[in-house]
Amino acid sequence: MMKETLNVMHARDMQRQKKLGRIGKVLVEIFNYLFLIAMALIVLFPFYWMIISSLKSLAEYRMSKPTFWPREIMLSNYMDAFTTASLGRLFINTMIVGIVSTLLSLVITILTAFAFARLEFKGKNMLFAGLLATMMIPGELFTITNYSTVTQFGWINTYTVLIVPFLVSVFYIYLLRQNFLQIPNELYLAAKVDGTKDIKYLWKVMVPLALPTLISITILKMMGAWNSYIWPRLVANDEAHRMITNGLRNAFTETSGDVNYPVQMAAVALVSAPLFLVFIFLRKYIMSGVSRSGIKG
Amino acid sequence: MVNSKQGWKAWLYLAPAIVLLLIFTVWPIINTVRMAFLDNYSGLRAAGGEKFAYIGFGNFAKVIEYRGFISCLKNTVLLCVWTVPISTILALLIAVALNSIKVLKKALQTIFFLPYVTNSIAIGMVFAAMFNIVGSFYGTENELIVTAGIINNVIEFFGGEHVNWINSGSSYEANMFVMIVYIVWNALPFKILVLLGGLQSINKQYYDAAKVDSAPRRRIFMRITVPLLSPMLAYVIITGFIGGFKEYTSIVGIFGEKMGPPDDAGRLNTMVGFIYDALSANNQGRASAAALILFGIILVVTMINMHVSKKRVHY
Repeated sequence: MMKETLNVMHARDMQRQKKLGRIGKVLVEIFNYLFLIAMALIVLFPFYWMIISSLKSLAEYRMSKPTFWPREIMLSNYMDAFTTASLGRLFINTMIVGIVSTLLSLVITILTAFAFARLEFKGKNMLFAGLLATMMIPGELFTITNYSTVTQFGWINTYTVLIVPFLVSVFYIYLLRQNFLQIPNELYLAAKVDGTKDIKYLWKVMVPLALPTLISITILKMMGAWNSYIWPRLVANDEAHRMITNGLRNAFTETSGDVNYPVQMAAVALVSAPLFLVFIFLRKYIMSGVSRSGIKG
Repeated sequence: MVNSKQGWKAWLYLAPAIVLLLIFTVWPIINTVRMAFLDNYSGLRAAGGEKFAYIGFGNFAKVIEYRGFISCLKNTVLLCVWTVPISTILALLIAVALNSIKVLKKALQTIFFLPYVTNSIAIGMVFAAMFNIVGSFYGTENELIVTAGIINNVIEFFGGEHVNWINSGSSYEANMFVMIVYIVWNALPFKILVLLGGLQSINKQYYDAAKVDSAPRRRIFMRITVPLLSPMLAYVIITGFIGGFKEYTSIVGIFGEKMGPPDDAGRLNTMVGFIYDALSANNQGRASAAALILFGIILVVTMINMHVSKKRVHY
């Protein structure tokens, strides 16, 4: 009798506990969603504001009561932006620098990573450690001397100066070497027995197997070209070689006061669009590359 | 399996990288240290045959005394001290919330990553637009041709007074606030990505065990989630500080190259900005000394971070 009562009481307690737990869980879930959606709206707001501002007329933008959807969609702002900032030329320059530097950088990175991952030579580990140590040094420290060096080479205002000094990235070498090391050595030894040349093995076996890492490197490098600002401003700020970010900043020097924002926002949207397109199609590679790097571009 | 033939071949593979590294990485390190110890070294005048005396730590003393240096240092440190903790805590909360939901997870994850794939100058201009007051406040009654900027509109909507954020006559605090908001917004994606990756790799058994003991959520968070996530937290904090000390382009994005509101150019200049100013003034000695000081600061802060994390981080 006693035991039975206890059992009943216990069952009731457990049920209440469970119910409370379930209510708590639902509450936490609701709170989570509210928090996440609020944060997501904050994160998205600048993009939204950029797009609707770029479609407004100047008069509408300057109204004291803001409108959250343009009354009249002014696509002409985009035409104005394109011509004001001569974005066409800037796009072409940036693409030339981006594509050439990515291709050359990939070749160098593959060769170097292969040597560190598969070949044996004296001082290999010391050299690799030395390379990794340079990653700690802030880039500004190199820029000071590199500026003098490229001036002496006569490279100022050329594409070369935008491409060559940054072809070797220790981080990309590190990334690819780690990937190469995961490929079983037996494959390499088997290829050696068959008399396959190193370079052929590298091209036919290693490169295809490391393709995801190579794609990540390509995207990060292209994004780097798109976003680079400091170095191009220093060494190639002429009409013929100016890069997109500099062009944008130069075309719209005013940031506060009376600014024609609709056109400026249209230019910003045009400059941002390629990055978003790349992101939409290659999200996986970007996110995996970024999570391992911690650096932008 | 070291044989001389393979060794010779390895150097062939390494040659392009080594040549470029010698010119653009190794030589700059040596040269920067050299220039930092020469009296007011200028590349331009050196090309003209001028010799510069070795002055030991003189350049470093000059840099510290140079006008604007202390304010650059102060701005940089302030931005770090505000943005790193705020962005880390926000990113942690968002990552934990993201990790606990199922519906909409992928979509939200993508949204939170978006600020990463932006150009910090371009989006800085958008932030400037959001905070900027356009025109004067003396428009005619029928035709109000003035906007205080969307942020001020929101503040006024909730009954507040509009603030002069970035225009002429704005306060230092207001400028800093705008920078902090922008830098945090920009720093979130990377941190969320890393922390979420860490959360997903935590063994579910710990949480099951906590559930059996019916531990309260807050204790689970503080005693299980945070400690097991501590390596990732240490990682984002260290990279956050390193990035923070190199802050420059985000300020150019909002304030332009004047690095401050129109009536007080240079007010928001940072360490990196100081280095480039010295370089533009063709004073490589000062630029080098400042770059080495920056490197020293980053090194010390990273070492302190590592030391603290060695005690706190559970690997």
